[in-house]
Amino acid sequence: MDYTKSNATEISAAIKSGQTTAKAVTIAALEEIDRLNPVLNAFTTILREQAIKDAEIIDQRLAQGEDPGVLTGVPFAVKDLVDIQGVVTLAGSKINQENPPATDDATTVKALKTAGAILVGACVMDEYAYGFSTENSHYGASHNPHNLDHVAGGSSGGSAVAVAGGLVPLTLGSDTNGSIRVPSSLCGIFGLKPTYGRVSRFGTYPFAGSFDHIGPFARSTSDLATIFDCLQGYDPQDPVSSDRPVVPTLPELSKGLAGIKLAVADGHFAKGAHPEAFQALAKVTEALEVTTKVTIPEAHRARAAAFIITACEGANLHLERLKTRPFDFDYATRDRFLAGALIPASWYLQAQRFRSWYREQVQQIFQTVDVIIAPTTPCVAPKIGQQTIVIDGVELLARPNLGVFTQPLSFIGLPIISVPVHLPNSLPLGVQLIAAPYNEALLLRVAKVLEDRGIVAAPVPKL
Amino acid sequence: MSEQQVEVRIYVEQMAKLLDLPIPPECEQGVIDNFIRMQAIAALVNEFPLPDHVETAPLFQA
Repeated sequence: MDYTKSNATEISAAIKSGQTTAKAVTIAALEEIDRLNPVLNAFTTILREQAIKDAEIIDQRLAQGEDPGVLTGVPFAVKDLVDIQGVVTLAGSKINQENPPATDDATTVKALKTAGAILVGACVMDEYAYGFSTENSHYGASHNPHNLDHVAGGSSGGSAVAVAGGLVPLTLGSDTNGSIRVPSSLCGIFGLKPTYGRVSRFGTYPFAGSFDHIGPFARSTSDLATIFDCLQGYDPQDPVSSDRPVVPTLPELSKGLAGIKLAVADGHFAKGAHPEAFQALAKVTEALEVTTKVTIPEAHRARAAAFIITACEGANLHLERLKTRPFDFDYATRDRFLAGALIPASWYLQAQRFRSWYREQVQQIFQTVDVIIAPTTPCVAPKIGQQTIVIDGVELLARPNLGVFTQPLSFIGLPIISVPVHLPNSLPLGVQLIAAPYNEALLLRVAKVLEDRGIVAAPVPKL
Repeated sequence: MSEQQVEVRIYVEQMAKLLDLPIPPECEQGVIDNFIRMQAIAALVNEFPLPDHVETAPLFQA
């Protein structure tokens, strides 16, 4: 069995049953990283010796009759804004190379290690998470495993590539405006942006704190549910962490669609995309027999508000560095950060007030609908270096436009899964499943039905 | 150079001075172009009337 292409739960079961060992699986993953990373550029850091050492400990625990957890011996990696003890958290920047190594693992890393998973490295991202393409001037572009000439999406591009390319079955990313969902879509895998406050951000480098989320990438719904259940829960070290009781999603996963009211988003989400995006959406909605439509009001203004808040908060975070060392920033982020620092306070406050109003409107929708369905990206992965895309005859900047459907949703904290659709003769595309806060289980149930019906899947391409 | 370009250039120069944020000459046009894009985006929010009682959420909770 090729464990580098297996799902996390399959690997864990195989190790526990003695078919293989954590060490053998970890070495296989490291060899696959050695073979493919020069081509894909998914990793900034590879933790070879530590990973093998950790795997040996897992094997020893198994030999002593212990159960290390639901992710026993599963190799995983994290976006390089997630702290790894003893490693400098780069956040895709050159500037952060000067920081001391992290003194502890992030809460999410600890959670996955506690479940028996083996950390093998940190993944490439857009500088300071400010981008949708993972074309980083310091660390290079991550390449899409389905076509190496195309971008991976961003900003968690390396994390998505590592899963999509079969290097590891599980990674963590972060999502502020779409940075888990966009690369999930373009790389053809599952990505979950949880409810704001449901998964700890402690030990992760911030971007726009009021809508930074940490979440997983995986190749199956059962992996996604398993991982989310390891990650979710209260963390007193994260000031926005929710103390609501944890509701495990794995026991809910196979409960089907009974009682779930589905609707397709129209308006903003039904225009401004290539035909493939709507074909992918139709494949999902037809399989689910959804005909109800719902309008998320003023979604285009919500996108604008999220954009302004992000620009202000990001620039404020980096202001001292922008003042003193602008040329150490990636040229792809520098001028945007500088411009964001100059935004008048009234624009920012109006965007924040709009956000409150908009959240109220969307909460109303969830009185009658449980899961809203919308495209994830307006197109398949653009080529690396491609500056513009043409949609409906209008030439648009390619990178910012990749977030046209993700950006209006995350800044009000909703849980969203991007599920992967593979159309014939096309690069993959994602479809968003969107629920009210704390309803991740509903999303996973819908995603599982689609997976069981063969509508969504994350096959690893031959590389 | 359009009137908007001129106005934004003046704004960028003055605001950067107030913030003590030097804009390197090589970045000036890029910053102006980005600010003009942000101005158009912000207009979508600024033109939308909100009732007076709608407040920002200082501690945002989902």
